[in-house]
Amino acid sequence: MNSLAEPRKWEKLFWPLLATGLLLALWHYSVIWTATKIFPSPRDVEKGLAELLLHHVLWGDIRDSLRRVAIGFGAAVFLGIPLGLTLGWYPAANQVVNPVMQILRPISPIAWIPVAIIFFGIGDSAAIFLIFLGAFFPIVVACINGVSNVPSVYRRAGRNFGLTPPQLLAKVVFPAALPQILVGLRIALGIAWLVVVAAEMIAVDSGLGYLVIDSRNSGKRYDLVVAAILLIGVIGLVLDFGFRRLEKIRSVRWGFRNES
Amino acid sequence: MSVKESFVSPVLKTKLSVENVSMTFKRDGNSTPVLENINLEVGDGEFVCLLGPSGCGKTTLLNAMAGFLSPTSGEIHVGGESVRGPDPRRIFVFQERGVFPWLTVEGNIGFGLFKLPRGEREERIAHYIKMVGLQGFEKAYPPELSGGMKQRLEVARALAVNPDMLFLDEPFGALDSITRLVMRRELLRIWEAERKTIIFVTHDIDEAVQLADRVVVMSARPATIQQIVDIDIPHPRDISSARYLELRDGIFKQIGLAHQV
Amino acid sequence: MSTTEKNAARKPATSLGVRLRPLLFIGVLLILWAIAARRQSTHLLPGPWEVVGGIAELVRHGLLLKYVVASLFRVTWGFLLAAALAIPLGLGIGWYRRAEMAFNPIIQILRPISPLAWIPIAILWFGVGDLAAIFLIFLGSFLPLLLTAINAAQSVPAVYVNAGRNFGMSPLRLVYQVFYPAVVPQLIVGLRITLGVAWLVVVAAEMIAVNSGLGFLIVDARNAGNRYDLVVAGMVIIGIIGLLLDMGMRSLEKVRSFRWSYSED
Repeated sequence: MNSLAEPRKWEKLFWPLLATGLLLALWHYSVIWTATKIFPSPRDVEKGLAELLLHHVLWGDIRDSLRRVAIGFGAAVFLGIPLGLTLGWYPAANQVVNPVMQILRPISPIAWIPVAIIFFGIGDSAAIFLIFLGAFFPIVVACINGVSNVPSVYRRAGRNFGLTPPQLLAKVVFPAALPQILVGLRIALGIAWLVVVAAEMIAVDSGLGYLVIDSRNSGKRYDLVVAAILLIGVIGLVLDFGFRRLEKIRSVRWGFRNES
Repeated sequence: MSVKESFVSPVLKTKLSVENVSMTFKRDGNSTPVLENINLEVGDGEFVCLLGPSGCGKTTLLNAMAGFLSPTSGEIHVGGESVRGPDPRRIFVFQERGVFPWLTVEGNIGFGLFKLPRGEREERIAHYIKMVGLQGFEKAYPPELSGGMKQRLEVARALAVNPDMLFLDEPFGALDSITRLVMRRELLRIWEAERKTIIFVTHDIDEAVQLADRVVVMSARPATIQQIVDIDIPHPRDISSARYLELRDGIFKQIGLAHQV
Repeated sequence: MSTTEKNAARKPATSLGVRLRPLLFIGVLLILWAIAARRQSTHLLPGPWEVVGGIAELVRHGLLLKYVVASLFRVTWGFLLAAALAIPLGLGIGWYRRAEMAFNPIIQILRPISPLAWIPIAILWFGVGDLAAIFLIFLGSFLPLLLTAINAAQSVPAVYVNAGRNFGMSPLRLVYQVFYPAVVPQLIVGLRITLGVAWLVVVAAEMIAVNSGLGFLIVDARNAGNRYDLVVAGMVIIGIIGLLLDMGMRSLEKVRSFRWSYSED
């Protein structure tokens, strides 16, 4: 088989199905061969998934997780974009603030939990705060990079037409940086989704992350554990896809022509 | 396309004057002189070309005239006023990469017109779309346009704000040679219709002689003005005519180029 | 930005005053922090001095070094294992289009799953301890590295490969002399970013699944006596080490033999 030949249309379905099928078979037979009593087989997970879907509690959990992400992510966007744009526009300001950001950034949002609990107590607000932290830095960094990567021709053209600095920022720099900012937002949303699941395992008692831990703690229902994990993956994927549709809007699409 | 004869009148009002301008760039402690003692006067409605090899500093001079750079010494005056910064009355046309990719053709042309009421703005946009020949592409985005079309878009955007002067920095450099010939004709047509003062930078000798009323031949860095050649052929210019070849060869010799490849 | 900005921008940026400004900013933040800590009613949040005291205490008891080493140990193992597996696999998948078509859906579903969601399974398989933490770090590093390698393989410009084949290179030579140098710069950037992720995961994993390390310190200090000074001390150390790891990787990017793809800078 010539590996350089252009794949045909049917192959687009064939190969993924083959690989996934093989993987499921491997999983299935591993469970049988090792005669494990605890780890679920694909069948078990499927049944567990059905059980969860029929349980109305699941929808509540999904809603809770999404709600927390929405608020935390929204706050990060609301605060992070103006800050990022400002820091990108005034390199002097960036130079002052950057070291602080570099120190705060490697601290996992999860490590902030005790401090979050001091401020917010156990519950929703703490989780939302953690999500905010996780999404905030990638958004700010994306804005800074977006602004500084705006080609200087655009800025010069804007000044040439008599735009004042605020007008320049709004009419030239922001639209020019928007593709990069959107990518940063999408990545931050992915991070927010990771953080919410982790935060729910520790700091609250509802949501998909909580479901994972709870399924294990109250009855070693590993079939539900794996089912919940897969659900987390699917929903996260849906969020990501949804965001990518934004990138296809015509007035932004020019920035993504090379995206695979 | 109108076939007007256009001589350069020797009694033109001065639009732009460059007096004793020199420019030195400092980088990492090293000083590089780029322009030395440039003196030039450009008349109102004239089409002047700055001609020179790449990197000689003609773009720097153009930027200084448009107000994007300050000369290290000397002064530049436009219409009697000293040049202090970029101004909508002096629009710089970059190569087609200057058009804004997030705006449609209409959006780009209307970019500088934000102070106008809506009806007038739309009228102007329509007028200039027609003038540069982009009818039918009003709602298109720049990535969908060819290089030549983007260049025309940029010219339309520049003209829409009705500037006194246009500065063009090798605007046709990224285009293939056939499109370049077409664009030169287009530019002359627009110039004859609107009679703006145009300063055009190029390294292409033929281009300079085909377009300009006067060609300012510049030396390599540090750039000085070697010679100013009056092109006294009326438009449309026959590029096989004796006078054209004579003027062109004169410049060839001035720059020190052999005649045979 | 003024018209003379272009000339002014060439001023040397190493003047002392300019370098001092970030430090002043940090100083201002610290002062604000100290004021806020003193004025609070609950006496839980420590001020900067108390945190310093906490760090000193950890050093005195020899715990700081012990915990830092534990965390770094786990990160190193988990990260290197992931790299050793993910990079060759990813390069292979990226090279063969059909392989990428085959595995992409699986990768896309697994990608949004936080490594911490795997904790019950990690504990099931490895019990509470080092191995579970390393497993989680491995999980957290594997997919990002895989994706980086796939991307790097797909980004090798076809011209390079064609040139190699044009000169009659054998497949082995092609890999060694064309493919590998072309992917290395991108791989190093991916390694740096994923190392940062691994560092985040280890701290979170230690808060749940093990009995030592910086993450454990944070949880333990709070549970065994509300020692928030130690909690915040732990956070500061985590930040500093994460920063050092990142800086270390960046200096690797600067090594001359890897720099060719940054010539556009």
